[in-house]
Amino acid sequence: MSHVATSPRFKENARAALADPELQNALKFVEVNFIARRREVADKLPEFDALRDAARDIKNHTLAHLDLYLEAYEQKVTAAGGHVHYAVTADDAKRVVLDICKRLSAKTVTKGKSMIGEEIGLNDHLEANGITPVETDLGEYIIQLRHEIPSHIIAPAVHLTKAQIEADFRRAHDKLPADRNLTEPTSLLAEARGVLREKFLAADVGITGANFLVAETGTSIIVTNEGNGDLTQTLPKAHIVLASIEKLVPTLEDVSQFLRVLARSATGQEMSVYTTLSTGPRRADDPDGPGEYHVVILDNGRSSMLGGEFGDMLRCIRCGACMNHCPVYHAVGGHAYGWVYPGPMGAVLTPSLIGVDQAGQLPNASTFCGRCEEICPVRIPLPRMMRSWREREFERHLSPVTVRSGLAFWAYFAKRPRLYGLATSLAARALALIGRHKGRFGWLPFATGWTRHREFPAPQGATFQAQWKARQRERR
Amino acid sequence: MSAREQIFGSIRRSLGVTGNEAPRRKEAADRMAGHPRGVVPARGQGTPQERLDLFARMVEQAAGSIARVNDPADVPGEVAAFLRKYNLPMAARRGVDPRLASIPWERAGMLEITTGAPDPKMLSSVSHAFAGVAETGTLALTSGADNPTSLNFLPDNHIVVIDAKDVVGDFESVWQRLRETFGEATMPRTVNLITGPSRSADIEQTLILGAHGPRRLHVIVVGAP
Repeated sequence: MSHVATSPRFKENARAALADPELQNALKFVEVNFIARRREVADKLPEFDALRDAARDIKNHTLAHLDLYLEAYEQKVTAAGGHVHYAVTADDAKRVVLDICKRLSAKTVTKGKSMIGEEIGLNDHLEANGITPVETDLGEYIIQLRHEIPSHIIAPAVHLTKAQIEADFRRAHDKLPADRNLTEPTSLLAEARGVLREKFLAADVGITGANFLVAETGTSIIVTNEGNGDLTQTLPKAHIVLASIEKLVPTLEDVSQFLRVLARSATGQEMSVYTTLSTGPRRADDPDGPGEYHVVILDNGRSSMLGGEFGDMLRCIRCGACMNHCPVYHAVGGHAYGWVYPGPMGAVLTPSLIGVDQAGQLPNASTFCGRCEEICPVRIPLPRMMRSWREREFERHLSPVTVRSGLAFWAYFAKRPRLYGLATSLAARALALIGRHKGRFGWLPFATGWTRHREFPAPQGATFQAQWKARQRERR
Repeated sequence: MSAREQIFGSIRRSLGVTGNEAPRRKEAADRMAGHPRGVVPARGQGTPQERLDLFARMVEQAAGSIARVNDPADVPGEVAAFLRKYNLPMAARRGVDPRLASIPWERAGMLEITTGAPDPKMLSSVSHAFAGVAETGTLALTSGADNPTSLNFLPDNHIVVIDAKDVVGDFESVWQRLRETFGEATMPRTVNLITGPSRSADIEQTLILGAHGPRRLHVIVVGAP
């Protein structure tokens, strides 16, 4: 992979993110907009929760028969004149794409938004081999100009303010008049549209991701709002689809179940603007469309997740709702997670893909409020899986000494209820006595992590357990 | 061992199967052949007139515009009115769809409707839809010489003509019509499901129409349901 993960430095990343005023300014929209928009459209569809159950069940069924649906899909693609390529690792996938581009003597490649493209680090690889990749999704285009990775899986540039984007456009589009007005988002979009239109018409190869692969018909599906993915795949000589094995669904009927939950969960739309079903290359009497159609199917560790503790993660349809609803994501944004997939889904998936030794801190970035599971369109038990990763991290002795000794100290008391009761009541009394004048502490030994940011209230009366017991006695 | 063999091997190891189990194979094959319907929203299941009304409401909710005419002969006038409203050149490109070819375009006077290869400079295009979906106000268009795909995306203004009888309640009905038209498990190269004009909210989540595709989507419904 060419994105070097900074996930091991999650804590430092998060601290820096919290102190970054521009980032905090950009992030404040996430919580407000996404949550309300999703709520509104979900409430308008009485069948929404039943559709979520159906979507979960279809993914479970598909994953349990994945080899068979993959086989059927491959046959149908081939019958339609397309080519299916398999890639065990990110490097394999990059090699396949590069080979196709080289054979076609491609100079410019346009790209629709693809998280698999980000996962394998495709752009850097193409560039290193003399091919210019051009991201065409507006958000992806902006972060490509900044040499960044996406901070959100459906809104890659959500961490930026329009002033930052304006500065990037002025730097990158230096042939345009310097005195042009770019203060409004509409003028920024119009400029990007103009610049990218030239690229669409000049590109030799178009690369897109896939939201779904349909086994019944050998069809790949992309879901977009801008139309960039369609220009990407319609105009060049060849269309390459990047997809991972879990994108398979059995039938078109199954696809409609997902379409009904995807846009509503992601952007709060009833339906995204463009849902495009592609089957094979240009037909004999077609006036447009790609002459070649290739699908690269990536595994990259997913097949070994099947049926295991983290197998449910393979149901994910990449809507981004979990990060939109996550208080930790709201606070630190996506880059703090240090790799391609942020938020709760990233906290579960990243350790599977790049190793718990690299990404072990991500599952700790959770308050366990449970919102992500509550709104997940395919009902992935994200908190449970984050807990599983924490256990693994502990078992493999990857957590720091202070955490381990603190937990051991607490566990000693927790396993001895009488001793626990005695110790806590002594501590409560002592703290109450010392803090009786101010009623709070500005500093406490072993609790500076708390007192650095806020005061610690002095205990009032007995411990919770003692109060609870007394109350139960009164009831009787 | 090829990448293909490695991936299939790994999947089957994880699932604890060989791939030859007859009941498993039958279950997958039956699902693909039978393509059972799942949950279909009630909102699209009304009478044909209710469906058409819902379709029109949803098109507008998705920021598209909609007009209804009684007869194909009224289409040129409606196209001209749309172009005039936005001060656009009185010209549009279309494919060779016989339903579009039989429209008396000359009736709208100055209107110049041409066929041929899609031209990136063309500001407006006219397509004929394969179907419309009431539940979301979505148009389904199929690729080919009749309605070239690039006409759906290159021009700034996309005008789509649809027969009122082709407005169905749900996506499942579109899949069924595709099977009836193109054959079981056989698809045209591209099926475009289009819901409103192109948009982006990538800059501070401000919604702006006309990102890369058309800025305007105008639907003309012909006839009665």
